Amino acid sequence: MTGQEKYNLRMGLLFISPWLCGFILTALYPLVSSLGLSFTDYSVLSKPVFVGTDNYRDLATDELFWQSLWNTFYFAAISIPLNLGLALALAIMLNLNLPGKKYFRTIYFLPSLVPMVCLAVLWQWMLNGRLGLINAMLRPITDVLSAVLEVSISPPNWLVDPAYAKLGLVLAGMWGVGNAVVIFMAGLQDVPRALYDAADLDGCNFWQKTRHVTLPIISPVIYFNGIMGLIGSFQVFAVPYVMTDGGEGPARSLLFAATYIFNKTFRSLSMGYACAISLILFLIILALTLVATKLTKRHIHYEGK
Amino acid sequence: MLGAVLSALVGCGSEKADRRIKLDYWEVWSGFERDAMQTLVDEFNASQDRIYVNFLSVSQMERKLLLATAGGNPPDIAGMRSTDIALFAENGALTPLDSYAAQYGIEGENYLPAIWDLLNLHGRLWALPTTPGNSALHWNKRLFREAGLDPERPPRTIAELEAFNDQITRFNAKGEIEVLGHLPQEPGWWQDMWVYWFGGALWNGEDAITADDPRNRDALEWMATYPERFGQDKLTAFRDLSGNFASPQNPFFRGRIAMVLQGTWMYNFIQNFAPEDFEWGVAPFPSVKLEDYGVNIVETNLLVIPKGAQHPTEAFEFIAWMQQPKNLEKLNLLQRKFSPLVEVSTGFYQKHPNPHIRIYRDLAAAPKAISRPPLTTFVEYQADMINAYDAVIRQNATPEEALDAVQKRQERLFERMYNRWQKVKDTRQEEWAKVDAEVAQ
Repeated sequence: MTGQEKYNLRMGLLFISPWLCGFILTALYPLVSSLGLSFTDYSVLSKPVFVGTDNYRDLATDELFWQSLWNTFYFAAISIPLNLGLALALAIMLNLNLPGKKYFRTIYFLPSLVPMVCLAVLWQWMLNGRLGLINAMLRPITDVLSAVLEVSISPPNWLVDPAYAKLGLVLAGMWGVGNAVVIFMAGLQDVPRALYDAADLDGCNFWQKTRHVTLPIISPVIYFNGIMGLIGSFQVFAVPYVMTDGGEGPARSLLFAATYIFNKTFRSLSMGYACAISLILFLIILALTLVATKLTKRHIHYEGK
Repeated sequence: MLGAVLSALVGCGSEKADRRIKLDYWEVWSGFERDAMQTLVDEFNASQDRIYVNFLSVSQMERKLLLATAGGNPPDIAGMRSTDIALFAENGALTPLDSYAAQYGIEGENYLPAIWDLLNLHGRLWALPTTPGNSALHWNKRLFREAGLDPERPPRTIAELEAFNDQITRFNAKGEIEVLGHLPQEPGWWQDMWVYWFGGALWNGEDAITADDPRNRDALEWMATYPERFGQDKLTAFRDLSGNFASPQNPFFRGRIAMVLQGTWMYNFIQNFAPEDFEWGVAPFPSVKLEDYGVNIVETNLLVIPKGAQHPTEAFEFIAWMQQPKNLEKLNLLQRKFSPLVEVSTGFYQKHPNPHIRIYRDLAAAPKAISRPPLTTFVEYQADMINAYDAVIRQNATPEEALDAVQKRQERLFERMYNRWQKVKDTRQEEWAKVDAEVAQ
């Protein structure tokens, strides 16, 4: 290394040191220590006791752990594509040259500013089986269906019926789609006009332009939003926690991996066990992110490559 | 808080306040319950030139106390609920109080036995009580009268409860429930404990979980009759219209439900949220067998000295002062609870705003008074029991299947906890004996 290179390295490290320090202290250290603690029996109040792989062995037969994982996967599998699709559709619509589009942009972003706890309390009422706004909108539809099909159909009691609780949560989560919309819109602004002009000359219609110009160009943004959605869905905690008053939902349908970690840590003081669960959750998110990266590699086009 | 500090400064002169030993006291209460304790703390501070208690109302206290104690910087005194004692004591987070109590002549025989039991675990005293509470049947006399029942005669057995229930329950023209006699989920605060009114139990008091006890099954079968009799949809619709407990939308206050299992604090909420002409009675909750009549669950708020507290001796001086009968009675009058002591001064019940207070107190003093099992795994046990009831009501499982699942899971958790305790118990007992010996000197 020449003197200049050494100097550059030092300066480079100095400039990224705020991030490095933050990362080491708030991400790397907790990660490594939770790896260590996952092999212990640790109650927070007394010293950790090494128990080998006991926690992991217990996890294998802990039905609640498996149920929380199942709930988390179920929620993520519905929530991620739905949110991604909705955000993309909204972003494309908001990008059209329509009158008053800046007002619409504000309106669609506004719900993202509502704190999670408020959102949860609000949606508790929105999803109420009898008084909720969602069912007030669905009732005319189900009434017509009931009359036509001559069977009694009524809108679901979202947060009381285990079959619908997670769907209710997905609906509530879609409220916060604004963040992803903003990122998509930033991506859409970057699509070169020249490409659209060329497509116009070739006689492309709107769908063809979207399919062959817009989507390939913004594919890195779709990928980014997808991964963020993945991470967010697997860590879902605050909204179901508030909606169920710190409980697990009907028939434990809203017991997610993060809820289980929280309960094990702060209610049962089984920190070692909770660390083992969080490590597994971490590995799952990591693996899914890697798989997603691998699978989408061919379809993602970075400019300048 | 600022007000407390200011009044202390003004009341005692700032120089005096500065030289006193300052104790931090964290408490779970807010509102009038906090104000009640503040009054007592102010009195204590005014009587002292050596100790000054800094009283703080802390939200989500258990969690903050946990972290503060783990971090080695806990308050000197902490207000807790009796259900948290096992978790904190077994993990070595509390100071044993036996020697302190002996020094001040505080003895178990002065306390109601059910309450004294809540303070002791593994042969040591961990806490002293402040404001107890227990559970009882609360009924709406007007609804009894409207149904042609004697408003002064509450049900004593589950069979009677259900007969009254059928008599009181009314449907409107649309077939919706207008008034319900009783529903176990309303408010459903002791769902984990229903089995005790059926002669069942959740553990044997020693070394075994008894979730699959056949008598526990009776409790689940009883719960399952509700959707069969009233219709699950109708019950759900009924509950959808029930607002928060602490609001005028509480179905009991609105006269939508006639009988509920509730607690000593009910008076305060009736004062705040029920209509002025609300007529209510308090009695033991019915048991399946008449000889079990009087089962009630006793809990108490209490004071502990967390391990690592800076001034344990001074902290106990405050706790001991609180245990003086006149101070306990004053606090409980202000919070509208009953005194945890056996002796009650003449005039306490006359001065007490709650006309039913004596019923709660006598229930807590009777041999049928029980408490939640002091197990560190109990939070999870509780969640499992509630889930078992839920599964049975939804007809996803028979009572037997649901309880077998709970038994299997809880046995495993219990075994793990039990084994761990066997490993650390000698060390713990030594630590505690050492602390105790130091205090005794």
